[in-house]
Amino acid sequence: MRTEPGGCCCRRPLRANDCVANGEVRNGYVRSSAATAAAAAGQIHHVTQNGGLYKRPFNEGFEETPMLVAVLTYVGYGVLTLFGYLRDFLRHWRIEKCHHATEREEQKDFVSLYQDFENFYTRNLYMRIRDNWNRPICSVPGARVDIMERQSHDYNWSFKYTGNVIKDVINMGSYNYLGFARNTGPCQEAAAKVLEEYGVGVCSPRQEIGNLDKHEELEKLVASFLGVEAAMTYGMGFATNSMNIPALVSKGCLILSDELNHASLVLGARLSGATIRVFKHNNMQSLEKLLKDAIVYGQPRTRRPWKKILILVEGIYSMEGSIVRLPEVIALKKKYKAYLYLDEAHSIGALGPTGRGVVDYFGLDPEDVDIMMGTFTKSFGASGGYIGGKKELIDYLRTHSHSAVYATSLSPPVVEQIITSMKCIMGQDGTTLGKECIQQLAENVRYFRRRLKNMGFIIYGNEDSPVVPLMLYMPAKIGAFGREMLKRNIGVVVVGFPATPIIESRARFCLSAAHTKEMLDTALKEIDEVGDLLHLKYSRHRSVPLLDRPFDETTYEETED
Amino acid sequence: MATVAEQWVLVEMVQALYEAPAYHLILEGILILWIIRLLFSKTYKLQERSDLTVKEKEELIEEWQPEPLVPPVSKDHPALNYNIVSGPPSHNIVVNGKECINFASFNFLGLLDNPRLKAAALASLKKYGVGTCGPRGFYGTFDVHLDLEDRLAKFMKTEEAIIYSYGFATIASAIPAYSKRGDIVFVDKAACFAIQKGLQASRSDIKLFNHNDMDDLERLLKEQEIEDQKNPRKARVTRRFIVVEGLYMNTGTICPLPELIDDIDLISANMENSLASIGGFCCGRSFVIDHQRLSGQGYCFSASLPPLLAAAAIEALNIMEENPGIFAVLKEKCKRIHKALQGISGLKVVGESISPAFHLQLEESTGCRERDVKLLQEIVTQCMDRGIALTQARYLEKEEKYLPPPSIRVVVTVEQTEEELEKAATTISKVAQTVLL
Repeated sequence: MRTEPGGCCCRRPLRANDCVANGEVRNGYVRSSAATAAAAAGQIHHVTQNGGLYKRPFNEGFEETPMLVAVLTYVGYGVLTLFGYLRDFLRHWRIEKCHHATEREEQKDFVSLYQDFENFYTRNLYMRIRDNWNRPICSVPGARVDIMERQSHDYNWSFKYTGNVIKDVINMGSYNYLGFARNTGPCQEAAAKVLEEYGVGVCSPRQEIGNLDKHEELEKLVASFLGVEAAMTYGMGFATNSMNIPALVSKGCLILSDELNHASLVLGARLSGATIRVFKHNNMQSLEKLLKDAIVYGQPRTRRPWKKILILVEGIYSMEGSIVRLPEVIALKKKYKAYLYLDEAHSIGALGPTGRGVVDYFGLDPEDVDIMMGTFTKSFGASGGYIGGKKELIDYLRTHSHSAVYATSLSPPVVEQIITSMKCIMGQDGTTLGKECIQQLAENVRYFRRRLKNMGFIIYGNEDSPVVPLMLYMPAKIGAFGREMLKRNIGVVVVGFPATPIIESRARFCLSAAHTKEMLDTALKEIDEVGDLLHLKYSRHRSVPLLDRPFDETTYEETED
Repeated sequence: MATVAEQWVLVEMVQALYEAPAYHLILEGILILWIIRLLFSKTYKLQERSDLTVKEKEELIEEWQPEPLVPPVSKDHPALNYNIVSGPPSHNIVVNGKECINFASFNFLGLLDNPRLKAAALASLKKYGVGTCGPRGFYGTFDVHLDLEDRLAKFMKTEEAIIYSYGFATIASAIPAYSKRGDIVFVDKAACFAIQKGLQASRSDIKLFNHNDMDDLERLLKEQEIEDQKNPRKARVTRRFIVVEGLYMNTGTICPLPELIDDIDLISANMENSLASIGGFCCGRSFVIDHQRLSGQGYCFSASLPPLLAAAAIEALNIMEENPGIFAVLKEKCKRIHKALQGISGLKVVGESISPAFHLQLEESTGCRERDVKLLQEIVTQCMDRGIALTQARYLEKEEKYLPPPSIRVVVTVEQTEEELEKAATTISKVAQTVLL
């Protein structure tokens, strides 16, 4: 494996000629060529190079889609589309019963509310496998969860609840990275006390009379947790992005946003009125080129210099499982004097030796990131979002953020849950529970990913990311995987178009510190079975594990299949 | 060469060539040469790309200085230091250390410290914990959410309801789910900020009509009709929407619904005020609401409402259904305080008499918005010293399309007693006299 200058040993995109020989489809991702992997057979190392930006190896891979699989996937979608047209035709001529709701008689001559084609995908593809989503649960979303059973007698157009409950399903879908989603324990008790005292609602925005002493306490704690000067919290993670980015940038500014940014970042960028340019996912050359061009050529047509440049990146990208190349981004930001907005929705609490997120993971200084944003939904078991940074930034947001003026503040028991769980992670509650959870999560992640790779699945993303996407590709397998896993009492999340590119549908596992090794082993056994049943083991690089190592060692040989 | 189906023979073609006039041949020759030249010349590139050398580019990069990330905020910005409320923001509220009667929180039905609500939320907390750890599509749908949606649909007498986890995001996600670029939306000028953001996100054409002025709306609709007739093809694919608020937060007035329409397609509401919970919901016919389950951004891409808040909302609905008498009580109280606050020198009451949230604006503005805001803030502070908690209505001055004048917002709740209403009226008028004279 080639090591790049700087100690980063990620698989870099190769030139076109090298790839064609293997007959593998290019799909715009960081490619790994089987040839070089075999050539550099040997260890995935723990070498750190002096003066390098990366203090630890950065292992990220997105294996190429095998050609045959890609072709079959397109064929599959083609067949589904043809059938879709056929069924639409039958429904239109009333040969087949039309199940979905239609417009009222009086309004039939209005312009139709929905574009017909927009719904084509929903009616004919999504509906067939709709039972894999929106599964209602009736217990704590912890490591095991109870799912309400539902049946459909008309091919998923409507559901009936049978009244049965599927108990103790292993939950690999909820964002419960540190295991704080519990209904017992110190967090819940503290939240219950605050609920008794304060009630549930607030009924006023922060700037008017909705600023409770609890909110001030929380903000001080968040600031000390992140290592920044000040912080501000908001009631909804999505709204944190969509309401604060417009307050920070406006027309005449430039936003450089990663290709795969979350919908909230995209919405916030659009609402701000600034110019948006997109760089390829996690690709530092693309980002540098955009930065250079922006500064040298200025605004389009008028050539005036840009007022500010803001780079929008996420800590962990939840659909890919990749981690942002933060050291390189910070180096670029310093060189070109841009500002960095880091959305740590998934990475806060889940990465880093002390759980402080992706900045901690790379051992960097939190002062280098201008705006650190995150949410409390994933690792803290609550809801809401925060922004941390310098005092001037937070003062400005206190006066100019849309959320502070127009939207209700966080509910008090939720605030208490965040305070207690954050204190636990920081170790301030007097126990080592926080540290144990972080370590457990890191071990679970490495173990799970390694075992899945050994079985021969294509797994995307970084080795240390608790989000594990397993590639399915074909549309029929999306539904089949979800249903088969539920039959075996494991709840997984499957995603297809439009959240992912059309041929790259995947199953996404979210690991948790609450998962014990037994649960992981059970899950892995079932995934293995289902993988064989559905022929999901597409990977061309089988790794042969050395059996006598403890599971956090990563030395093994790679062989070609 | 007289008949129709003739075949040109090569010899005859050459002959024709010799017979053609010279200028014709020369012209044809030049044209052929020109075509060959165009085919082989390089594609047109923008001249500027090759103008700057690498060194010049580096100099430009060195020289460029961005603006600071945020402009500095002066220490006495009116919105910088928030009022700190110690303890629950209920009827008797402790603001900045002073005990006051709450005339500022939107706790219209007094449910904030209702023990039944707290008990229901507590039971839910004990069963589900606090957070839902996922969006609705990925194991974030709890049976409590489904119950709440059913109850809301029944309460509002519609087919279906959909809940959001944030009040602001409800309407701001609902509007762009239906109205896209190229569609037309007729909206009132006094619409609240959340609606404005929803409209901005939808990128549709916005047509504003004067506040509560149905004639103005009709005029705009007629103009649109004339436009449609000019361009029927475009009209057939342009959707039209009207957005109004039931009770306008910015003016305290009610929209004239019967004049406007006889059937409503979508009702969007906020659970953060009367229902004393968090979140919002939309209700209407299934045909309309179901669409938001896949295209409402705040619904699909955001974690769902924590179950304890949903349980509190269900209990609040129970209470509202069990004693419908509180609405009449609230209406009475509104009328009383409305009357009591009329005739304060220097302040005028803006809003309907049955609206539980109305504004007190300066009768005569000083001419400068900043000074108005300072005066009103002085009134608010002195009222708080005397035990009445009030607040100014806060706006983002640079972002609002039609910025309402500065005002104090007074909120009426069912928990306020007769004496307290009297006390409030006398306190406000005394303070207004001292400050404004």
